[in-house]
Amino acid sequence: MDKKLKVDPIKEGTVIDHIPANKALQVLSIIKPEEDDVVTVGVNFASRKYGRKDIVKIEGRELSKSDINSIALIAPDANVIIIRDYQVINKYPVQIPRQIEGLARCGNPRCITNNEQMSTRFVAVERNPVRLRCAYCERVFDGDALELVTSA
Amino acid sequence: MQHLISMRDLDSVHINALIERAGLIESGREKPDLSSKVMGALFFEPSTRTQLSFDTAMKRLGGKVITISGTKGTSVEKGETLADTVKIINQYADIIVVRHYNEGAARYISEQVDIPVINAGDGANQHPTQSMLDLYSIQKTQGTLHNLTIALVGDLKYGRTVHSLVYALSAYNPTFYFVSPEALAMPDYILEDLDRLGMNYTVRGSLDDIVPELDIMYVTRIQQERFADPEEFEKVKNAYIIRAAMLGGVKENFKILHPLPRVNEIDTDVDGLPCAYYFQQAKNGVFMRQAILSTLLQQ
Repeated sequence: MDKKLKVDPIKEGTVIDHIPANKALQVLSIIKPEEDDVVTVGVNFASRKYGRKDIVKIEGRELSKSDINSIALIAPDANVIIIRDYQVINKYPVQIPRQIEGLARCGNPRCITNNEQMSTRFVAVERNPVRLRCAYCERVFDGDALELVTSA
Repeated sequence: MQHLISMRDLDSVHINALIERAGLIESGREKPDLSSKVMGALFFEPSTRTQLSFDTAMKRLGGKVITISGTKGTSVEKGETLADTVKIINQYADIIVVRHYNEGAARYISEQVDIPVINAGDGANQHPTQSMLDLYSIQKTQGTLHNLTIALVGDLKYGRTVHSLVYALSAYNPTFYFVSPEALAMPDYILEDLDRLGMNYTVRGSLDDIVPELDIMYVTRIQQERFADPEEFEKVKNAYIIRAAMLGGVKENFKILHPLPRVNEIDTDVDGLPCAYYFQQAKNGVFMRQAILSTLLQQ
């Protein structure tokens, strides 16, 4: 079996692996790379565990847990790999933060967040699968059912 | 306690302290002085009972009340944001009491102002002062909040009072019966919460044989406008009317509560029975709101 990598390894930076297929662009919309960051996006790679997966590599920048954990909203099984000098120096699964602000719209049309110009806030009530409570209307939603504020 | 927005924010220490204080105020052993305080009553959604109850509570303790009722003719109708409206009230009043048609509005308002905010009902979400007066009524009639068997009857889907109440009682090991037509059943997100809390509940379509087990029956109104199909309403409306004939063999401590207004869901032949407690319950609301206002105003 051909084990050759489809994208080049990076010297320094962050790799986000095991993103659900076709969700890589949404992940990028959450982590918002800097304008001059070099980013590689792989979509629909074969995955033994998930069938298909996406992968994102950001060169030259080590994302912190607080930068990245919010992607658990759409990629709860993603792994984060920090690379220095081509070596893996840290690898950890994303974990939904206790609170997520301004990333997703509330699914309740009568919620105040959908009727005033304001930011949303959700509190995690379950981590896997991700379940979030709107801090305002108090409804609970599946993480992947929420529309991202940044999505088109 | 800085605000009263949701029963989720109150633990049993807060709840017990408010119940105790309401009792002291009712008995005349405590009379907080709110004569230097102004309550801003912002009722963006119409209310009779709750608004009058808050008014009475504040005025009987010497306080003053300024009021917005509905949005007609107000700056809200002119397009002012809710945030701006409440920031202005913040300059005039010492405490805000708000009812709003959007869920979460009271929480949002509490983040915009630096005075205490009391949620007097936000859409179908929470109505914590109603829950607190319900708890006070239950404590007064049962002598305890612990280990009670309680049927919630009627509109359990849209009825925010029942939503608040189930959370309020969650710390006291209740046994719940949720009795409603299927179209108005307790929402799944609340049942999931109760499952997480390990609470004991049964979902039923009728009261049938459970009445003799009950300590409390909490009845709410079934509104015709909640049904997409008027025929569906006609089919179920009579199944949830409480009549004196249904109340044989009830426990001695059994009481019927209702947040009011009642239409026909409790027949007037129940009103004279010792178990009919809904009018006293409304009176208890004034004492509980006095306790809440005084506590938040640190008086």
